[in-house]
Amino acid sequence: MRADPEQTSRRSNTRSFGIYARCFAFLRPYWRLVVLSYTFFFFISGLTLLIPQFIRWVVDHGMETGDMRIITYAVLALIGVGLVKGVLTFVEGRSLEMVSQGVAYSIRKAIHAKLAALSFSYHDKTETGELLSRTIQDVERIRFLTGRALQRMLEGIVLASGTAVILFSMNPQLALLALISTPFVVAIAFSFGRRFRPLSLRIQQQLAVLTTRIEQNLRGARVIKAFAQEEEEIRKFDLENSRWFLLSRRAARLRAFNIPVMQMIASIGMIFVIWFGGRLVIRKQLTLGEMVAFTAYLSQLTLPIRRLGMVIAVLAQAASAGERVMEILDERSQVLERPGAAELKGIRGQVSFERVSFSYFHQLPVLSGISFDVEAGQLVAVLGTTGSGKSSIINLIPRFYDPTEGRILIDGVDIREVTLNSLRSQIGIVLQDTTLFADTIKKNISFGAPEAGEEQIIGAAEAAQAHEFISQLPDGYDTFVGEQGRTLSGGQKQRIAIARAILSDPRILILDDATASVDTETERLIQIALENLMFGRTSFVIAQRLSTVRKADLILVLHDGKIAARGTHSELIRSSGIYTDIYNRQLKPPVPSKTMAAGRAGSGATGNNEATDEVEI
Amino acid sequence: MSFTIGTGDTQFHGPGQIMRTMGQEQERKALNLSTLLRLLVFLKPHWQRMLLAFFLMLISSGVTLLTPYLIKIAIDRYITQGDLAGLGHIAVLTALAFLALGLSTAGQQYILSWVGHRVLSTLRADLVRHLQRMHLGYHDDHIIGITLSRVINDVEVINQFLSDGLINLIGDSLIVIGIVTVMILMNPTLALVTFSILPLMILATTLFSRRAKMAYSTTRTRVAAVVGDLAENLAGMRVIQAFAQEETTQKKFDQVNRDNRDAHVQAMSLAFMFLPAVEFLGILAMAIVLWFGGYYVTRGAISIGTVVAFLSYVTRFFTPIREISQIYTTMQASMAGGEKVIELLESEPAIHDVPDAVKLSEIRGQVEFRRVTFSYNELPVLEDINLTIEPGRTIALVGQTGAGKTTMANLVARFYEVGNGAILIDGIDIRTIAQKSLRSQMGLVSQDPFLFTGTIADNIRFGAPEAPIEAVIRAAEGANAHGFISRLPAGYDTQIQEGGVNLSNGQRQLICIARAILADPRIIILDEATASVDTLTESLIQEALERLFSGRTAIVIAHRLTTVQNADLIYVLDKGRIVEVGNHQQLLSHGGIYRELYEKQFIDKEAL
Repeated sequence: MRADPEQTSRRSNTRSFGIYARCFAFLRPYWRLVVLSYTFFFFISGLTLLIPQFIRWVVDHGMETGDMRIITYAVLALIGVGLVKGVLTFVEGRSLEMVSQGVAYSIRKAIHAKLAALSFSYHDKTETGELLSRTIQDVERIRFLTGRALQRMLEGIVLASGTAVILFSMNPQLALLALISTPFVVAIAFSFGRRFRPLSLRIQQQLAVLTTRIEQNLRGARVIKAFAQEEEEIRKFDLENSRWFLLSRRAARLRAFNIPVMQMIASIGMIFVIWFGGRLVIRKQLTLGEMVAFTAYLSQLTLPIRRLGMVIAVLAQAASAGERVMEILDERSQVLERPGAAELKGIRGQVSFERVSFSYFHQLPVLSGISFDVEAGQLVAVLGTTGSGKSSIINLIPRFYDPTEGRILIDGVDIREVTLNSLRSQIGIVLQDTTLFADTIKKNISFGAPEAGEEQIIGAAEAAQAHEFISQLPDGYDTFVGEQGRTLSGGQKQRIAIARAILSDPRILILDDATASVDTETERLIQIALENLMFGRTSFVIAQRLSTVRKADLILVLHDGKIAARGTHSELIRSSGIYTDIYNRQLKPPVPSKTMAAGRAGSGATGNNEATDEVEI
Repeated sequence: MSFTIGTGDTQFHGPGQIMRTMGQEQERKALNLSTLLRLLVFLKPHWQRMLLAFFLMLISSGVTLLTPYLIKIAIDRYITQGDLAGLGHIAVLTALAFLALGLSTAGQQYILSWVGHRVLSTLRADLVRHLQRMHLGYHDDHIIGITLSRVINDVEVINQFLSDGLINLIGDSLIVIGIVTVMILMNPTLALVTFSILPLMILATTLFSRRAKMAYSTTRTRVAAVVGDLAENLAGMRVIQAFAQEETTQKKFDQVNRDNRDAHVQAMSLAFMFLPAVEFLGILAMAIVLWFGGYYVTRGAISIGTVVAFLSYVTRFFTPIREISQIYTTMQASMAGGEKVIELLESEPAIHDVPDAVKLSEIRGQVEFRRVTFSYNELPVLEDINLTIEPGRTIALVGQTGAGKTTMANLVARFYEVGNGAILIDGIDIRTIAQKSLRSQMGLVSQDPFLFTGTIADNIRFGAPEAPIEAVIRAAEGANAHGFISRLPAGYDTQIQEGGVNLSNGQRQLICIARAILADPRIIILDEATASVDTLTESLIQEALERLFSGRTAIVIAHRLTTVQNADLIYVLDKGRIVEVGNHQQLLSHGGIYRELYEKQFIDKEAL
């Protein structure tokens, strides 16, 4: 959600000031360039104010007296000044650009580092699109603020006051008349800027709405056609389209009237110069050169003043952009490394939960009082209905979240006492929703172990049953996957994710053994891969298959955040009603029957959808 | 620096804007007359307004030429002669000229902008309408992002040229010609000396625009790289943290981030070289006028007023020239964009209604494939398919990926046209039925549960926009979706985010089923609808589907054989042909492909 512009203007000034201060603090590493460019800027402004004086000089002392030498000197000096000004402008512009681009670079870097440090609970509640827009567009606004916007503001002020001083020193009466309309131009420029910027933002947003509508129409073409809703969709588009037109028309009207009106008011000063200045020249109270210089000064003032109006409007936007960016930078991770945390050295893989409770965002408890011990190398199957807390248990082990109560020990060490990096690098994770990065297959497999050699990568791929299909690809392990590369099927991606976990050779493994939407052969391959992966490691499996629970050393049956039953398959099938129930519904091989859904509704847990459901890796 | 009287507004763009307008990469397409004519047609409904704008442009160009001349007269005839009354007159005249300039510019800008946006919105609406009419296959062959950019970006460039560009091109040319004429008339020698700056100006502009194109396109690639890398890291943040690779990714991001910074500094440095260079050339021109002018004045050959007028003309001279070169760039872009847009508008939908297409009223729901053959891109997909589904029956299509199951479903909805043979609904060839009336009898629940941005309620009533909320809730209840929807904080008014990320796949599927229930079609097509949901949600979906199927003809496509066991008849497809038919029991005992598929699928689960 974008902040609405009116809200922005109501923001208290002190708060905006604090945000500006923090934005400008990013200039600090570049202070030398800042000093350089602003020093140059003042020189440039001085030269700008000097140039009309050459014209005056030529007219008064050259042409009037017929002294060609004076004209030549003046003209050569003018060229010299022009040259110097050009060089200074280049250096100033380039340094200021380096400064402001540097600011953008530093802020983006800081945001990225922050996002990587924030725990899952932050990423659960934020949207990628929103974070992207803050990191790209909002940072761009801050960049403009710290660079050209500040410079333009100063330019307007310096040129306007400099011009006023010079004009008054040449002729106070004429100066007063010539500048009489300037405050009005400034006022109109400000009010135009204030009205036009928000409007152009709204037009952009409306264009984004239009774009989304069309995109959805294209993506959902099959659904639209299937439900014969073409007319309705066109109607909806027309609505948004005409909204866009009305906004654009308002902007057009605003621009078409304000800019010429500003020019007309500005030209009042010019007419005074011709009329009153002309009279003064006739009465010999003003030289002709001075009069010409007056017109030159007036015309070079128009643009900086108009830009001033625009810059003021940009300031308000930069404040809200700054606020959104600082919000990210100020965010505190829910999972923090203890200062001076030790490295977790080569573990055996023994895991204990001691009265662990957990809730998301301090709301409903998801887990309460969970205790269990797992010996190194054992296989733990976690079972339960959706929302029973299965995924929460496994997310706590790598400290994606921290328990609200109790503690988790690995080889007897509280996991909050060790560094996140050393903890997580000994845990491997493979879940159904596999993320691959836009890179080569090789790089994706070695993601967790960037130094791995070719043979190791191939070895991992072989164990993950992925070597065969990879080597059939034209580019083999160098095949580029992801957006601009080759698209892999779900089953292929899953096997690469398994290879990735195998290669990082973790002592503890967390996985989801579901293999949906793949054909039967692929499913068999994935099973083999998973078995290779689990071999010899402490494994926590969100079990969907009978073969897993039958092999498990410990089955944890979760219900409403508590362990409802524990044991092995053969124990539980005799003793636990809830296990038998889940076994019948989720695990038992389907028996061909006419009543496929009989007795499945109505169970308390059915369709229960707490936050846990969305929290997957 | 600049010495203009009156309009100084387009004098200097900021460095960023210069970069954007002159750095646009264009395909080198010469002026294409037929495309231009075709584009001009879009202006036809607004010809009166355009004519008015044209006249206003003539006025403003004329006044722009006139004002320096008025100053010259003021100086030469009145100020230096001491004529106070004449000075008063000329001041009034100048004031009137400024007024005329302001009014005509305002009118011209408003009209052009109005026409531009009107044309733009009409063109977009036309395109959207056209895209809705296109057959589904069109969307298979065209990347969505590209089509989108036709409707958003290409149309925009066309409009820029048609509205602003065209008239400004004429206006600017008139001003340039006018200034040249006036200067030569006032003093040919001084005029020619001043024009010697012109080749330098053209050289600077050409050099800059050539480099700017490269530099600017680099910056765009670099920005895209930053966005891409960040988006990917955000999407994969859980994996990054799980594998403790924060530092590696930070390093990678730093690289693209730094590249982006450097590319921008590089590109902007060009602009910061170009702008002062142009400014310097302006000063040089001024110096030339001052020196030669001063020389002639001291000789008494010209008046001081002429020199002042020259100074003013010279600064006005370069702006339109630079604008013309920008408009030329816009024109190239709009020719290229125009061709693509016109091509899109003129593409014919492959499937359209026959002239006297039948409108179906109540159908019973009998579906028949009669010797149906279909190929896609000349590869045979279906061959000689014959089957009849009686009203109210459920049939299942089973087979490996690529066997042709989905194609059969698409053919029934006439998303594609059959190659040979015919598909009949209640005995009527679907090619003789109006598409809208055919499809309003059908419901589709597909593998990818597509939801539109909007509320959940809007999504459920998608096929029946008028349905009251009670009907929506009833449909959701039937789809086993009411439970989870009512537990959401905003209930049925929950906004679906793009792509439906805030709901699980299973939940989205349940909403799609509710959508189909509410649309109340006679024929239901279910395309792998339960492929990617967990077992428990699957059972909820199964139950919802049974309700949906009751009393309707249903065609079910599934990988998982659990889903199809209850079908009245199962057709096993292999390489585009029906190879086995029967119910679950019959097919199992038959011992063919079906049994093989079944055994493979349960190999793990039956290994008890």
